[in-house]
Amino acid sequence: MAIVNNRLTAEQYEQNFSDIHPPFESREAALIEANRCLFCYDAPCMKSCPTSIDVPKFIRQITTDNPKGSAHTILSANILGGGCSKVCPVEKLCEGSCVYNLMNEPPISIAKLQRFSTEKAITEKWPLFRRKPSKNKKVAVVGAGPAGLSCAHALSREGVEVTIYEKESKGGGLMTYGIAAYKVTPQFCEEEVDFITSLGGITIKYHQELGKTVSLADLQHQYDAVYLGIGVGLARQLDIPGETLHGVEDAIRFIYNIRTNGYPATPVGDKVAVIGLGMTAIDAATQAKRLGAREVTIVYRRTQAEIPCTEAELAIAKLDGCRLLWLAAPQEIRGENGHVTQLVCRQMQLGEADASGRRIPVETGETFVLEVDMVIKAAGQMPFEGLISGNQLENRYGKITIDATGSTNLRGVFAGGDCVNGGKEVVDAVQAGKDGAKAILEFLKYFSGFGLHG
Amino acid sequence: MADLSANFLGIKSPNPYWLASAPPTDKQYNVLRAFEAGWGGVVWKTLGSQIKNVSSRYSSVDYNGNRMMGFNNIELISDRPLDINLREIAECVRLFPDRAMVVSLMADNSREKWHELIAQVEDTGAHGLELNFGCPHGMTERGMGAAVGQDPEIARMVVEWVMEKATIPVITKLTPNVHSVVPSGRAVVEGGTNGLSLINTIQSITGIDLDTLVPNPNVAGKSVFGGYCGPAVKPIALKMLTTLSQDPVTSRVPVSGIGGISTWKDAAEFMLLGATTVQVCTAVMKHGFRIIEDLCEGLSNWMDEKGFRTLDEFIGKSVHKLTHWEDLDINYHIVAQIDQTKCIHCGLCYIACEDTSHQSIDLLYGNPYNTYSIREEDCVGCNLCKLVCPVDTCITMVEQRRGDEYVNWMEFQRRGLPLNDH
Repeated sequence: MAIVNNRLTAEQYEQNFSDIHPPFESREAALIEANRCLFCYDAPCMKSCPTSIDVPKFIRQITTDNPKGSAHTILSANILGGGCSKVCPVEKLCEGSCVYNLMNEPPISIAKLQRFSTEKAITEKWPLFRRKPSKNKKVAVVGAGPAGLSCAHALSREGVEVTIYEKESKGGGLMTYGIAAYKVTPQFCEEEVDFITSLGGITIKYHQELGKTVSLADLQHQYDAVYLGIGVGLARQLDIPGETLHGVEDAIRFIYNIRTNGYPATPVGDKVAVIGLGMTAIDAATQAKRLGAREVTIVYRRTQAEIPCTEAELAIAKLDGCRLLWLAAPQEIRGENGHVTQLVCRQMQLGEADASGRRIPVETGETFVLEVDMVIKAAGQMPFEGLISGNQLENRYGKITIDATGSTNLRGVFAGGDCVNGGKEVVDAVQAGKDGAKAILEFLKYFSGFGLHG
Repeated sequence: MADLSANFLGIKSPNPYWLASAPPTDKQYNVLRAFEAGWGGVVWKTLGSQIKNVSSRYSSVDYNGNRMMGFNNIELISDRPLDINLREIAECVRLFPDRAMVVSLMADNSREKWHELIAQVEDTGAHGLELNFGCPHGMTERGMGAAVGQDPEIARMVVEWVMEKATIPVITKLTPNVHSVVPSGRAVVEGGTNGLSLINTIQSITGIDLDTLVPNPNVAGKSVFGGYCGPAVKPIALKMLTTLSQDPVTSRVPVSGIGGISTWKDAAEFMLLGATTVQVCTAVMKHGFRIIEDLCEGLSNWMDEKGFRTLDEFIGKSVHKLTHWEDLDINYHIVAQIDQTKCIHCGLCYIACEDTSHQSIDLLYGNPYNTYSIREEDCVGCNLCKLVCPVDTCITMVEQRRGDEYVNWMEFQRRGLPLNDH
């Protein structure tokens, strides 16, 4: 047993990481699906989209041969509408509320149609938006993730000059660094960032990390307003013995490595245990399998009834051949010569329901041992609490507190996305960015005389 | 099992489905394939002086992903030599003696030409003649087709020429490119035609290529008005058929119904409004001759369910149900009812009523699903909500009479009953 890279041939990698939701192969195929749409009024799909994309309208625009209009309808509500079409958990959002479900018919493939309508616009950089004349105002955005990009685009459209400070070498945030490659490729994320900045008025400064190479005080000083879209990033520790052994890795880092270094360069074990069952756990488990791990076991301390990931995500893991161990809580990681060899788990059972209504897992007193050579921790991410508190930002367990206008306790400093909500979907971050831009425009006294969507 | 056999002026066919005079019936190869597939008869593509057709010839209107909802052609009458057509007709009659063989004719504009053509066609053993007074393109410029059918007196004259010579039943095919088909229908009946058929195609432009700006179909950068047909024209054809069935003169002769017939239901509707047989074209041009199977099976099953043993038992049965507006019962009132257990909350009924009707549907906001309910006192019973609803039987129209007695508009006025005050 060993953790090694380069387990597969180039063809195998290509196949394992190919698009999990392939696009429509032709315009005709898209039209057949688009023509199923009933064009609902006050449509449930639109109401279920955090960014309120006018779904019936963009689908109708596919059927009327108005591709530019269709792309504009999507991207004017959600500038990351291309990426969202690939990564959104649509089964619990737009597609989950499609009225066809109520007829026991398959819902409209909204995500697939949205991808059809946006992909060309993004890769070919259609000039769908035009900036208003410059208002001679400068805003700094920290973090080129979905929230920051969305905020920057909305501000720039209104004639504000935006500078984004990004600690990595590429934009996109979790889209670029934290999502399974078979959902969205780093290549597409880069194109999406380029499309967003092609509007003009947005400069991204890379390798600029808040609290290290750039300080909040300086930004406050140099700009008319600051927007913090710094996300979350620190992997939650398990606080069990053996966590420092070689072969224990956090899921965020594991996925980051895949996306930064490529598939052949990313090492993976023969027998891998993944701890947790959120979206990130699924992405780590499935990709470990697709990198060539022989056995992948997902360890979750509750049951299928309580899973945080969607059923669709769980199905991907199952189809990939990942094993699921329910009611198993990690107790200790054992090793030899500094390398992981075993994961000891406590056998749990469900007890009383907690405040959220979920039944709490309690110990049975029994334990069992998994023979593994790699443990991937996906027990959630924590906010950058130190950084946030250190900058005198009001927060709750590291999550930045904002008021109804989107403002933090610091005048002229706004925040949104995962760093405020603790970690939700990309589409939630996009909406947070829009809300932040609106608040900043109001703050800059810009809001009178021109509307955000004017 | 219902008896589908038809008898049109003594022209017998095992079922009432004939192929209309058109490209599918322009040669022996197609017609034999149609007969083998089970078609009851054909009207052979119009014979006359040989012409030359152009390329392209067809265009269509698609609707929400459905191809050829409406179909348009600029093809003329047969472009094949007359002697070959006649030889092939005779061969088809010989091979399938139980099928109806009607031949469409459009002679040059003289008595002699008509007589000559009729004699040649009758020698083939064909069972009937159909006079093409309806072709709306190409031939009209030469004083033929619709140019004849649009002028009742010319139509009557030509029919009289034909009747002097013909010894087999003569059907006159009417053009719909008139404000009413009744004057030309009456004229040709008075001129002696044995039967009628309608409709021929409707003059049209199906659309324009928005890249080249050339209307369809494109013939070297130009186009002409074409003849429109297919499912889109069915309602117009049904109305025209009904005016013939209700007229005391034209109703004396049988009618072969034509216009967008694609299914057995379409056929049943044409026959309920007075057609003795029906003719099909666009549907086979889209799907091939194989649709005859369901055309027969569907009609037969429906007849069995309704207890009709023969076609005659239901032909014309709906004609008297079309009345004058003044005779409608004003006391009859219906209101919409939404079955909430079937509602899928699409909101289509609401927005249709709110934007374009009588604002009689209430919206109770929900996330993501709104609840919609009818305000009965404001509902005029127009049917719109029921028509737009994607769920069958979710919205039903429930009778709520305004009074027990029958009151029509004349009586309503006579009594001075109140009109709307809003």
